[in-house]
Amino acid sequence: MTVTTRPSTPPGGRQQEGRAALLDAVLRFRALGLVVALVLLVTTTWLANSRFLSAQSIRDILLSAALTLLLACGMTMVVVGRGIDLSVASVLGLSAFGTATVLADHPGLPVPLAALVGVGIGAACGAVNGVVIAYGRVPALVATLGTLYVFRGLVYFLAGGSRISAGELPRGFLDFGTARVLGIPWLFLIAVAVLLTVGEFLRRHRAGRDLYAIGSHEEAARLAGIPIPSRLLGAYVVSGTLAGLGGVLYAARYGTVDASAGYGMELDIVAAVVVGGVAIFGGSGSVFGAALGALLLTVINNALPVLGVDPFWQRAVVGALIIAAIALDRLVALRLAASLRRRDADVH
Amino acid sequence: MAASRPTPEGHPARGEHGYETPRDAPPPPVVALRDVWKSYGAVAALRGAHIELHAGEAHALVGENGAGKSTLIKVLAGVRKPDRGVLELDGVRTEFKGPQDARAAGVAVIHQEPALFPDLSVAENVFAGRQPRGRFGRIDERAMRERAHALLARLGVPLDPRRPARGLSIADQQIVEIAKAVSLETRALVMDEPTAALSGPEVDRLFSVVNALRAESTAVLFVSHRFAEVTALCQRVTVLRDGAHVSTGPLAETSVDRLVAQMVGREPDALFVRRREQRPPGDVVLEVEGLSRAGAFRDVGFHVRAGEIVALAGLVGAGRSEVARAVFGVDRRDAGRVTVAGRTLPGGRPRAAMAAGLALVPEDRRQQGLVLAASVQRNATLPRARQLSRFGFLVGGAERRAAREWAGRLRTRYGDLDDPVGTLSGGNQQKVVLAKWLATAPRVLIVDEPTRGIDIGTKAEVHRLLARLAADGVAILLISSELPEVLGMADRVLVMREGRLVADLPREAADEESVIRAATGQEAPA
Repeated sequence: MTVTTRPSTPPGGRQQEGRAALLDAVLRFRALGLVVALVLLVTTTWLANSRFLSAQSIRDILLSAALTLLLACGMTMVVVGRGIDLSVASVLGLSAFGTATVLADHPGLPVPLAALVGVGIGAACGAVNGVVIAYGRVPALVATLGTLYVFRGLVYFLAGGSRISAGELPRGFLDFGTARVLGIPWLFLIAVAVLLTVGEFLRRHRAGRDLYAIGSHEEAARLAGIPIPSRLLGAYVVSGTLAGLGGVLYAARYGTVDASAGYGMELDIVAAVVVGGVAIFGGSGSVFGAALGALLLTVINNALPVLGVDPFWQRAVVGALIIAAIALDRLVALRLAASLRRRDADVH
Repeated sequence: MAASRPTPEGHPARGEHGYETPRDAPPPPVVALRDVWKSYGAVAALRGAHIELHAGEAHALVGENGAGKSTLIKVLAGVRKPDRGVLELDGVRTEFKGPQDARAAGVAVIHQEPALFPDLSVAENVFAGRQPRGRFGRIDERAMRERAHALLARLGVPLDPRRPARGLSIADQQIVEIAKAVSLETRALVMDEPTAALSGPEVDRLFSVVNALRAESTAVLFVSHRFAEVTALCQRVTVLRDGAHVSTGPLAETSVDRLVAQMVGREPDALFVRRREQRPPGDVVLEVEGLSRAGAFRDVGFHVRAGEIVALAGLVGAGRSEVARAVFGVDRRDAGRVTVAGRTLPGGRPRAAMAAGLALVPEDRRQQGLVLAASVQRNATLPRARQLSRFGFLVGGAERRAAREWAGRLRTRYGDLDDPVGTLSGGNQQKVVLAKWLATAPRVLIVDEPTRGIDIGTKAEVHRLLARLAADGVAILLISSELPEVLGMADRVLVMREGRLVADLPREAADEESVIRAATGQEAPA
């Protein structure tokens, strides 16, 4: 290969490297910041009340974090592709009620089969979202806001005001909801397994990277020959499936399921993802950041009552965190734009 | 393996084709378009265009704004399907059903604004959708990085493959696109005005990369307005005018003067009525001094008198619209002064500009000029909503009367004043935008590409309207890429090039050649 080109450094090359490093540092700082906040919060709360770090209390936190974590994984996939799935909590409710009904009506049914019913319900709901958004070209916000009401309405229709209580469910199913391995709840382990799988998929597989590409610049993705509709459909099906799995775990953990299971949870999930550094307009962020966000929000919800903080302030703290996270994103973007402008001016 | 043969300036001598084994018959062109026609609605963009790209040859495509260059490139890229005509690959007739087909055939297009994924790394941008995979279908990140690094090194540009594409200069973004093209084993590289946003050294770097590819027998199509670059890079040139093929030939056998003559080569459109009534212009109403905005334009100064139409000409991207936006205060200015009738305007405050009697009809009416979903009436009266309202509420009757009056004066065709503006034709939308600003009775009217994409009849109406406004004493700054429009309407022509004001031509001195020369930076022959 005898290509003769002048050995030239790109103009402003060093500055650019510097900027890349700065951006990198900010993003890593984001993860680091979440960890620091977590540690600070846990330490303070523990100092105020040593029972906060008792085995039982930790298990409670892990149990409540498990569901948020699970759904945050699916939400991350959707948000990275510049979408959103507001229907997850309704899907969770539908799946929880469906699973519990099947188990209550057919006491002899093996638990894994019942779980499969719940997961299937979730996948079907996700497919509905995906088809409407990817092929019907309906904005994700509107489409999933619609299915939020539709799916929840379906639960109310099926439940009709009734509830399924723990007594109607098989023993083995309920035990699973609180069972532990080496002191760690099964539910949390399942969530972690899903987290690792989705993390690996988003980072190291073409379809996962395609989601980032779509969220980053949809037109460029089209020009690069990325099959946009099928990728988006896939993301919504996964989000629905995980919400369905969440429904099964919800039923196992709480034992009592009525039509309002998981009501309002979708906003907690979106909050966890955003606080975890997944850009709400797509293209960047990782599922591990989202997991940290989920963990932080769960710990806040558990720690502030221990510290005797007024419930109003609990909500305000979560709100402030979300705004801070988004402000940080904007700041990084503006900084970059400004330094680019300056560089261009130098060149002229 | 082909060796590149750089001359001391870094580009090979002209006229060579780089065929490695000349046989009895020359090999067929890598890509060829023959007699291609393409219309968008009633507007014919291509009317019998013709081009052949040969291996190892850089082919220049030149023509005025609107000559159909972009459409031709879209056809080559598989983005648009021609209405008629033949596409050949290696002499075999074929068809592109989409961008993927063009890519698979080895045709890579680099647009003026590269389409990269800002959040992904340089390496991922190069290999988007076809990352190298290892075991279990996992992406082999290391192989991807190394291959990207090797590609960039081969192009002589040491970019870090791991850094995100966000923040790369346009020049570096183009290099990433070229790396992508090279990795795809591209046989024909099409570049649409790649140098428009580049500085001198960046252009040199791009050219040495392109020359190296050409030496490896890649066919190159280079679209540019800058004749110096065309002659430096290319061996052959095709001139396109009004969508039709004018000439193709070796660059060595033509001259810049001949090319300019071929690009222009027509009588000023009969529909562009030269304004007759010439009155001595009044006082200076709009005065701009030393206006600068980093990265957009620098040290721009001019004035417009009452009753005068001053055209602001230049190539797309020369910074004309940016100047207009900064004068009006939509964009901030970094330095300079804007005075309207003796009153200095504060920067960055459109409201103050409006109060001083300035009106801006923006370039992109769909995005900047109209609320498409709102009614004709609401749109037409939007800037005056305050005057038309009582106690903070819009009074329907007053709004309707004002809208009807202006729609009538501009002969706008609409179904009902309550229809959404989005349902109107392009020309009529433009009239609503004009109505909206004329109703404020401005002293200075800035119109940016007022006739782009509208039919000829409406165009003439807009021209008549502008002439009448000038006769009424309004100072008008007309930004237009259509030379006949500029020459037909303006009392004076200002020309911008690369963010600077380079010429101020009185009506007598302004003709197509002088304006094109100023806009492209081509000196008049001595």
